[in-house]
Amino acid sequence: MSKIRLHAMAHARSGDKGDGSNVGVIAYEARGYEILRTRLTPESVKAHFGDIVRGAVERYELPNLLALNFILHDSLGGGGSASLKNDAQGKTHAMGLLRMEIEVPDDYAPPRVGTRGAKLEGGEL
Amino acid sequence: MSDDGVLRIANGQGFWGDSVDAPARLVEEGPLDVLTLDYLAEVTMSILQKQKERDPERGYATDFVDLIDRILPAIRARGIRVVANAGGVNPGACRRRLIDVARRHGAKGLRIGTVAGDDNLHRLDELIASGVSLANMDDGRPLRDIRDRVLSANVYVSSFPVAEALSRGADIVVSGRSTDPGLVLSPAIAEFGWRADAWNLLAAGTVAGHIIECGAQCTGGNFSRWWEVEGWDHLGYPIVEMRPDGTFDVTKHDATGGLVSVDSVAEQLLYEMGDPARYVTPDCIADFTSVTLRQAGPDRVRVEGIRGGPATDSYKVSISYLAGYKAVGQLTVSGPDALAKARVCADALWGRLARAGLRFEEKLTEFLGVDSCHGSITPAPAVVNEVVLRVGVKDGRRDAVDRFGKELAPLVTSGPPGVTGFAGGRPKATEVLGFWPALIPKDRVRPEVVVEEVS
Repeated sequence: MSKIRLHAMAHARSGDKGDGSNVGVIAYEARGYEILRTRLTPESVKAHFGDIVRGAVERYELPNLLALNFILHDSLGGGGSASLKNDAQGKTHAMGLLRMEIEVPDDYAPPRVGTRGAKLEGGEL
Repeated sequence: MSDDGVLRIANGQGFWGDSVDAPARLVEEGPLDVLTLDYLAEVTMSILQKQKERDPERGYATDFVDLIDRILPAIRARGIRVVANAGGVNPGACRRRLIDVARRHGAKGLRIGTVAGDDNLHRLDELIASGVSLANMDDGRPLRDIRDRVLSANVYVSSFPVAEALSRGADIVVSGRSTDPGLVLSPAIAEFGWRADAWNLLAAGTVAGHIIECGAQCTGGNFSRWWEVEGWDHLGYPIVEMRPDGTFDVTKHDATGGLVSVDSVAEQLLYEMGDPARYVTPDCIADFTSVTLRQAGPDRVRVEGIRGGPATDSYKVSISYLAGYKAVGQLTVSGPDALAKARVCADALWGRLARAGLRFEEKLTEFLGVDSCHGSITPAPAVVNEVVLRVGVKDGRRDAVDRFGKELAPLVTSGPPGVTGFAGGRPKATEVLGFWPALIPKDRVRPEVVVEEVS
């Protein structure tokens, strides 16, 4: 087993759902999706976000899009106009999840498409 | 509808405050049948309700009237119809202003439609007396818990009243609180005659609306692989090419920036998504796990296979209420030792407020550039060149929140060295809005459709 950043395997988008946020994660290909179904569990995602997510994490599967949808309950400090947070709508939660390290089999090579940003000035992933 | 049998529906405004030029560019830069614009968010409704209380001819999205003034000659020349939820809590007043604008342009014969009936602020007690509990659908609490603090109450109505206005010949339709995806679904209903129990078709129109309701978010905006996006300065806004059978393409005008790919559309499909198999609207329950996407050409994604199920027998009503006050302010702290000095500033501020006898229901300290987005995910860097200290409080007492706002500026002269960036005056208390979702049986809400011709 080796570890790679989720960014290399998938792309994502997040937004607010009441006092929580949702993060939709889309794998680049079918094998990556199967790895993510195993590795990206509600428990592992909640642990990754640490004290950002105060409530439970729910997961839904969309095999048609090779996607997983996570609901991060109580992750916005109240949500909407009630939140004091800079990111009151969880707009950056998708980028936060893409920083996660995923354990993958040694023979798994992620598609190159996800990592080209690293070649840019200031690129890190 | 165009000769090729597709109905081209665009979205030129993802939210009130989106690009001023995008709607005009959609009209001018390529073929189009219907321009849709989304102006309303939950927060907006209570603001508009307050405006209407001060002036009975206000309470709608004034930007929309300015936009129509700008694009009316072009939409008349090209036969483009416009659907917008710009009516807020006063669609009638919005229609009257639009008629003034149309007369100024000499647009005789132009038909302007409005859909009202979603505003139930003044019917709440009547509804409760007749047995509609309006209990909070998340936690079951009775409305009396917040009744004396209610600011607005708007029902998300179905897409059929807007479709009716279009079928009666309206060139511009202004609604109150219709759903965002309904802006796209309603012209498809009107054009193709989709029935109220054609669940798969209604779901298809709903998915189409969901994909484009946030404007450029499906054409390259907010896209994970941002480095692949070109032409940010003239990003194209999205167009759905809908067919009578509910299959559709997502695209944008030629020669505009951005991109439309399976990946950009898939990201937007998941935006603000709950249970993807049960996307509940007043019109149907759409199943997002049935959607298939494929690249059908450059900047063109084919969407098909969409299934839907029967709508529920209730409308959702969103009731907003005053839930306290908040204020947020910030200071910039330069290096050397930027983060350490910012921490000293924060401790000094909270310590001074505590010595002044102030306690707050909630307070927050963030260090922008270090921890405000991914605080517990990424370790704080050892050295930052500069950092923005951002502090905020929330409390039921307005005066306590205003008092907090007075404690920020003194840090420039009574804190560590290199503190700046205090501009814009003291942060003032603003209202915190709570939202109370509840259900109303559909037969208790009667949408009102008016179509008026400019004489």
